[in-house]
Amino acid sequence: MSGAAENRMTIAAGLFGLGGILLFVGLAAAALLAQSGGVGAAGPLFDAYIWRVTRFTLLQASLSTLLSVVFAIPVARALARQASFPGRLWVLRLLALPLGLPALVGALGLIEVWGRQGLLNTALAAAGLSQPVSIYGLFGILIAHVFFNMPLAARLMLAGIERIPAEYWRTAANLGMGSSAIFRFIEWPVIRGLLPGIAGLVFMLCATSFTLVLTLGGGPAASTIEVAIYQALRFDFDPPRAIALSGLQIMLTAALLLVLKFIAPPPREGETTGRATRRFDGAAGLPRFVDRTWLIVAIAFVGLPFAAIANSGARADLPRLVGEAAFHQALAMSVAIAFLAAMISVTVTALLIRTQRLALTPRRPGMAAGLFAGAIGASTSFILLVPPVVLGAGWFLLLRPLGDVARFAPAVVVAINALMALPFVHRVLAPAMSTHATRTERLAASLGVSGFHRLRWIDWPALRKPLLMAFSFAMALSLGDLGAVALFGSQDMVTLPLLLYSRMGSYRTADAAGIALLLGLICLVLTVLGTGGEEKSPEGRGA
Amino acid sequence: MSAAALTLEGVEVRFDTATLRFDCTVPAGRLVAVAGASGSGKSTLFNVVAGFEPPELGEVRILGEDMAGRLPAERPVSVIFQENNLFAHLDVATNVGLGISPSLRLGSSDRRAIDEALARVGLAGFGKRLPPTLSGGERQRVALARALVRHRPLLLLDEPFAALDPGMRAEMRDLIGQLHREEGNTILMITHHADDVKLLADSVIFLHQGRIVAHDDIARFLERRDLAAINRFLGND
Repeated sequence: MSGAAENRMTIAAGLFGLGGILLFVGLAAAALLAQSGGVGAAGPLFDAYIWRVTRFTLLQASLSTLLSVVFAIPVARALARQASFPGRLWVLRLLALPLGLPALVGALGLIEVWGRQGLLNTALAAAGLSQPVSIYGLFGILIAHVFFNMPLAARLMLAGIERIPAEYWRTAANLGMGSSAIFRFIEWPVIRGLLPGIAGLVFMLCATSFTLVLTLGGGPAASTIEVAIYQALRFDFDPPRAIALSGLQIMLTAALLLVLKFIAPPPREGETTGRATRRFDGAAGLPRFVDRTWLIVAIAFVGLPFAAIANSGARADLPRLVGEAAFHQALAMSVAIAFLAAMISVTVTALLIRTQRLALTPRRPGMAAGLFAGAIGASTSFILLVPPVVLGAGWFLLLRPLGDVARFAPAVVVAINALMALPFVHRVLAPAMSTHATRTERLAASLGVSGFHRLRWIDWPALRKPLLMAFSFAMALSLGDLGAVALFGSQDMVTLPLLLYSRMGSYRTADAAGIALLLGLICLVLTVLGTGGEEKSPEGRGA
Repeated sequence: MSAAALTLEGVEVRFDTATLRFDCTVPAGRLVAVAGASGSGKSTLFNVVAGFEPPELGEVRILGEDMAGRLPAERPVSVIFQENNLFAHLDVATNVGLGISPSLRLGSSDRRAIDEALARVGLAGFGKRLPPTLSGGERQRVALARALVRHRPLLLLDEPFAALDPGMRAEMRDLIGQLHREEGNTILMITHHADDVKLLADSVIFLHQGRIVAHDDIARFLERRDLAAINRFLGND
């Protein structure tokens, strides 16, 4: 096959992929919009309930963002300064864990620490306080969002601080700048520059958070738009309300994406190397004490829920649980869905990236090619626009006239999960594929290596690692997902998170703990594989 | 001989793969070039003197005082690196001001001192500019101005011209020579260029594989033909 024919085929496949995405998202949106035409447009929008839900969504997202970011600053600073903190590298790894933990499993761990029978209330009771602190409601949602997002924010800030030239620390030491002068003149300017991006990202995550609010929110008083959509469809069966809410959610995410695009630069990826920069401040005295205190608080805050999951999971009757038919089915269903979703996500993303490059290859790409490449570039944001629950709601309404929605459930869930993972897969694959293409494109063309041989000898060896990483991360995302499954789940389609959720709901706590431990472990392993868990060993002076 | 500005006595720094040993005495008021191939230990020598790297063994004395246990800021030393000497987000006057007060508590006499120092390095009126808007040479001159307001008797220059083009090198070299004559301070300057040594230095410390293998007055150093590493550095055949 000639190179030109191959390129034409790739472009055709890319068009097909892009068309599929647009169609899948577009149909869901169209279904929502079309059906809202039948309802008095202004009526439900100004419904007091909807207004309250919207207000709460924004309130909890704002507070969650504020708390996460404010907590992250001293933690990042302490990590940057205390190079000799025992197990610093392990603290960094601990902070990377929440990213890979399914929200539901995290919620369970948090309940065990902060809940009615948890560590906190036990301690309070021992101290003679009778009024237990309730994790259900705004308090719990905030705790959970900080648990998941503070480590992310801290790691992004740390990466920023580590990009500060080493000479700055030496100059500061030479000039005798104290702890507060260093913060004011060196660290804060860097953190301040990162804040809009980090806060925007965290806000987006909290405003579209579904699982945590579903498990920890307390009824209509503490419900977000996404959870309200789910309740409208699953419990109240009130499609007009679900439609109005979905429209609101799309408008909200659209506004957020716009703000993020124009005001806040995306946080730079630059993972921390785990290697501490040589610093000369904070080695002793009060700064060191303050830093260590923050680190210990952060370790306890992030680590205890993990410890709680491990502890209660280990006490569950794991052999019986693993032997249960319900568990087998859920595991098989989860793995099948995750595998397919990850496969589709990685294949389509790789195809889209390749096509985008091909379309832009001529020195002066035609208008169609330019538009096409632009559409591919925009498609990843387009997906973020319609969160999984809204996408699910659209397809739910679209498929309902065709009979039992449950029949289509697996296909829809696979598609939603694949789409959900696409932006993340893109972030892993795009830079790797671009570097690879720049390196090999012309050489391969001049040698005439094309088609299967090119894949076999040139592309696969170089891209195997990022492809597997993206696949692994996409699988972890899909395995931990509850949003899409919750809407469609039925007797015949139970995934691990859904099984966990139902066991939690029916107060079979020991079973829930066991499932949570297993699901958490699977997802964490996949995430570690998917984010390239290896760190460079620190180079150091001997003795 | 007048009082020594710097004395290194049996100083040892151990790395995973090598151990560096330094012994030398630099008289006050000299401008000493520190030369040697990459990895010969020039930067480590500076780090030990400036207090960034504590030696395993030996004694570092500056103006007769033992520096053991003294933090970088407590040593009578100013340091200028190859680049990144200025905090890029702070304006020029603020960068210089940090040399007077590390927490930027500056009075009106301090502000005058900053303006004066900027004028002496040829950057009068540059106070409000941000470092990224300056050329590489101008940024290095701001760093020199900061060293001026600090009045430390020992100045360490770590390849201060390395990031500059040839025209700017010559300018900076002249400026450093002139300031050195006016201040009467002691300067140690790491350099890779034989020209810098010939045009600027009173004497030369030459390092090879972690040892000081030559420490001579400039005239004698230029005559040396006995070490291959020095011949390579000077371009002798």
